[in-house]
Amino acid sequence: MDIRTVARRRGNLERRAALFAAIRHFFDAHGFLEVETNVRIPAPVPEEFIESIPASGEFLRASPEIAMKIMVAAGYERIYQIGRCFRAGEHGGRHREEFTMLEYYAAGMNYRELADFTTGFIREAAERIFGRPELTFRGEKIDLGVPPEILTVADAYRRYCGVSMEEASRKDIFDELMVTRIEPKLGCEHLTILTDYPAERASLARLKPDDHSVAERWELYIGGLELANAYGELLDPVEQRERFRLATRVRQAAGMLDYPNPDDFFLALEQGMPFCSGAALGLDRLAMVFADAADIGDVRAE
Amino acid sequence: MYSASDLKKGLKIQIDGQPWQITEFEFCKPGKGTALYRCRLRNMINGSGMEKTYRPTDRIEKPDLEEREMYYSYNDGHHYVFSDVETYEEMSVDPEVLGKQAYFLLENSLCKFLLFNGEPIEITLPTFIEKEIVETEPGARGDTATNVMKPAKIDNGYEIQVPLFINIGDIVKIDTRTGDYAERISKA
Repeated sequence: MDIRTVARRRGNLERRAALFAAIRHFFDAHGFLEVETNVRIPAPVPEEFIESIPASGEFLRASPEIAMKIMVAAGYERIYQIGRCFRAGEHGGRHREEFTMLEYYAAGMNYRELADFTTGFIREAAERIFGRPELTFRGEKIDLGVPPEILTVADAYRRYCGVSMEEASRKDIFDELMVTRIEPKLGCEHLTILTDYPAERASLARLKPDDHSVAERWELYIGGLELANAYGELLDPVEQRERFRLATRVRQAAGMLDYPNPDDFFLALEQGMPFCSGAALGLDRLAMVFADAADIGDVRAE
Repeated sequence: MYSASDLKKGLKIQIDGQPWQITEFEFCKPGKGTALYRCRLRNMINGSGMEKTYRPTDRIEKPDLEEREMYYSYNDGHHYVFSDVETYEEMSVDPEVLGKQAYFLLENSLCKFLLFNGEPIEITLPTFIEKEIVETEPGARGDTATNVMKPAKIDNGYEIQVPLFINIGDIVKIDTRTGDYAERISKA
């Protein structure tokens, strides 16, 4: 840590602290309980593109989702957590291997309602900090006073790439097009909720009851920056086991780390989890937006 | 071979038999998607640019690049001949590689060579050389303050823009990176 660099960042770090305080205020006022689950966990979720960092026989969490979903099953209906998460090999202007996540779950809320709740706390944080529902990020004014743009993933590929979502997946250019053509267009002037991801990218989200080709999953964008990922949570233990089994197979073929099965999570699902939605939001990135910072390092005490 | 995670700004890589340098680099990764390494590249031979995106499983070739220090010896009529500082091994260089810089070669100038597959692709001369002005309009006495320039020639015919106060026989300093006049060293 460089003493001069961190001294220069005082304004951004004060803004970051104000943002955290505003978020905690909002969640507390809406009946959410702040919780802390373990940072070191025995069994991470097997994700095809996320690698955990081993830590004395266990792993540093890439996300607190399993522990928090077990808490939802245990009867904690509204919970949130602010804490460090770790992802191997992710480092750049928008990434750190160690970063701060805001993760929250609400029983009885569907995934679209959770999107409204999320844009609500961002709007209120801006009002508390700037005195108005508006942000300036990278030279663009972003109006938080209007409803967010709701754009389906299928429409985004059609509109910005001229190919269908299915074709992008089939040709294995889904992520390239997302990063190069779609993301730069999202969250300009107002927030964008990119929603209804293809079923094969559902992870822990349930499929839409009326259309099994897409999942109840959205991501939030501000100024081209991916900020949050949310699910209408999958409650079916059989389907969840099957998805983990498939993901584990892909991970093994790619030579990624071996994880034990999260038996405690399956047990919680089998005992019955209430209908709920959950989201994970990168707080370093939200702090970037609130501080109008170009690089994620600018808003971190590092 | 490099793996995609080795990529960073400034790194030199090989694509289709050509050396490229990464001039801009961005690590991208949708939260639930694959990591992508976006590069803006500059061709080290012809200076052309392009963009390329790599995936984590990609392997990238390392170019065979070598830096050497050579003294300039002589021109054999077709090529410029240099000799290695340590081994005295001679190397003939095509005029095309040197371009305008050929005008600024002085005997025993110490030059830095960048070799790709053993062939020079970039030659860096000493930053400044001193040359005598052999041709120019008569100087305007006392006019040392203005930025007005006039054409002049050095002994090998290279034309350069110099301030009005420069006369034939003056020794001037030339910046070999730009080929521009830098300052007057001594008066005729």
